[in-house]
Amino acid sequence: MINLKGITKIYANGDIQVAALGGVDLHVGSGEFVAIMGPSGSGKSTLMNILGCLDTPTQGEYYLDGTDVAKASGDQLSVIRNRKIGFVFQGFNLLARTTAVENVELPMLYAGMGGKERRARAITALESVGLGDRIHHRPKELSGGQQQRVAIARALVTNPAIILADEPTGNLDSRSSEEVMAIFQRLHTSGNTIIIVTHETEIAQFTERVVRFRDGRLEGDEFVKNPRIAQAQVLEEGLAK
Amino acid sequence: MNFLESIRVSLRALRANKLRSALTMLGIIIGVAAVIAMVGIGNGATASITAQIQGMGSNLLTISPGQSSSGGVSGGAGSSNNLTMEDVAKIQVGTAIKAVAPITNTNAQVVLSSGNTSTSIVGTTESYENIKNVTIARGRNITKLDVSSNARVAVLGPTVVENLMGDVNANIIGKSIKINNVPFQVIGVTTATGSTGFQSSDDMITAPITTVQGRLLGRKTVRSILVSASSEDLMQTAQEELTATLRKAHKIPVGKDNDFRVQNQADMLETMQSVTQTLTMLLGGIAGISLLVGGIGIMNIMLVSVTERTREIGIRKAIGAKSSDILLQFLIEAVVLSILGGGIGIALGYGGSSLVGKALSLSTSISPSSVLIAFGFSAAIGIIFGVFPARKAAAMDPIDALRYE
Ligand SMILES: Nc1ncnc2c1ncn2[C@@H]1O[C@H](COP(=O)(O)OP(=O)(O)OP(=O)(O)O)[C@@H](O)[C@H]1O
Ligand SMILES: [Mg+2]
Repeated sequence: MINLKGITKIYANGDIQVAALGGVDLHVGSGEFVAIMGPSGSGKSTLMNILGCLDTPTQGEYYLDGTDVAKASGDQLSVIRNRKIGFVFQGFNLLARTTAVENVELPMLYAGMGGKERRARAITALESVGLGDRIHHRPKELSGGQQQRVAIARALVTNPAIILADEPTGNLDSRSSEEVMAIFQRLHTSGNTIIIVTHETEIAQFTERVVRFRDGRLEGDEFVKNPRIAQAQVLEEGLAK
Repeated sequence: MNFLESIRVSLRALRANKLRSALTMLGIIIGVAAVIAMVGIGNGATASITAQIQGMGSNLLTISPGQSSSGGVSGGAGSSNNLTMEDVAKIQVGTAIKAVAPITNTNAQVVLSSGNTSTSIVGTTESYENIKNVTIARGRNITKLDVSSNARVAVLGPTVVENLMGDVNANIIGKSIKINNVPFQVIGVTTATGSTGFQSSDDMITAPITTVQGRLLGRKTVRSILVSASSEDLMQTAQEELTATLRKAHKIPVGKDNDFRVQNQADMLETMQSVTQTLTMLLGGIAGISLLVGGIGIMNIMLVSVTERTREIGIRKAIGAKSSDILLQFLIEAVVLSILGGGIGIALGYGGSSLVGKALSLSTSISPSSVLIAFGFSAAIGIIFGVFPARKAAAMDPIDALRYE
């Protein structure tokens, strides 16, 4: 599914060069649920952006479903992001003046889907994250946890093969965090490949594999012995409806 | 993403910032309105001047006396009275020349028992009616016999009738009026032409030239000779014929200048039209500059908008928007602003020019082509000034855009 070979990323600010990633080899198979951990500045976000085709590596090869995307053009990357990847950001990144359902519709808009189908699928996606009763709310009318669930709905609505989340719980309290993790666990059960970045060991315990970074290099890679099961009241209520 | 969706996304963005959108449009609105109004008023002025000159008669040539020179001192245009009834008789009506009418005129006091007025008296012949496109509403026109017999008859303009009797439609035919104490019989009334002011054909009296010369002026002067050519194409020929005839009549040797002037209505028309057209273009050009300023305003606001919405662009791109989607979104925003502004501007310009037209009693005319041009122009301005900001937005790197604070 995902295969990284010798990925490096060097940021050049004038004469100073920062190697954010110094040769990363990583394989993530289909259907895996991976947590990436590591100290601040170790290159986690840099890696996620490359995985999510938002950024291109300075060197190395990145095979996504067998094709090398490291050298794809901007518009080709747009199409890949649209079709294959759902990205969840730490800062939610919802369009401010736009309602929840319209935010969720966006990726389908750029995929060229018709208005009716778009709306129906967006509502289904919002219901699946327990926000069926908030579809016409704007981001500022929603709590942080709710906003992050809208963002997750937007990431999963196109049914992408991979869902990437860079510190999805970084701005949330423990209860909202658990709700978010419950959604990811459910998506994982239904076969999605999920990679999240987190600082918190408790969050990583909800996943099945933990990859550790230090100074832009892989430091450890182990499976989680007994993943915890996330509990989420809102989801059960949302699904019962 | 298809085009319709792009339009919808753009419209929503514009609606989200109504005040700014309206202010941005204002530049285009003022520019287009100014162009439309200026061109409309200019066209109206041209049309009214054209109508006035054409109202003077069809294919008209006017012969007037030239300069008298005594002992090498030139007396200025029209200073000599060297046109005579003999000259008039020598001008032959033929293929090129359709009609000839001498004119002499004076101002006189006109008295009837019910009222009196001061008006202009034109002494002429039966051909005058034909040359000047005057029609008789009631009664009859001056005849050849009236002219040869020095008949004291008069044809009145409707304004004169109104001034004398208090009613345009009052029955005045057959009544005797006194012009400078000379009794004249009213034989006809002309149709109102609606022309007003100086030399209005509604406020004058025509009478046989012989009678006016003999009874009112006391001298045999001919002020000018009106000649109408058979067609516009034959005006040049008619003018040449006239000139030759008069030079012979006045015995002007070859190589010497004419002692009379021939004025051509078409030349006058052309001169006046070129003057008003230049004026229209000048006004339109100045207005066009304000349209340009409006366009730059759009570009300015769009650039601010692109910078301000960097994050939005980043989000859209991260989610799968292609560069072309972003380009189209911002381009459509600019074009919608300029077209909407153009539309409002056209309506305002139309209203403005018809208001000015009413105030100046001009019939302002706004041609469909000028509306189309203004519309096309404002759309073009939207595209031209929208492309730069839109390209700037489209070229953004998603990661950089998302990081933008
Ligand atoms: N645009 C950039 N220009 C220059 N250097 C950058 C840029 N982005 C990241 N870096 C550098 O790359 C290194 C890795 O940054 P990255 O954001 O990947 O860290 P991180 O592991 O996500 O940290 P955190 O846990 O704090 O989010 C850092 O040293 C950072 O300073
Ligand atoms: Mg980070």
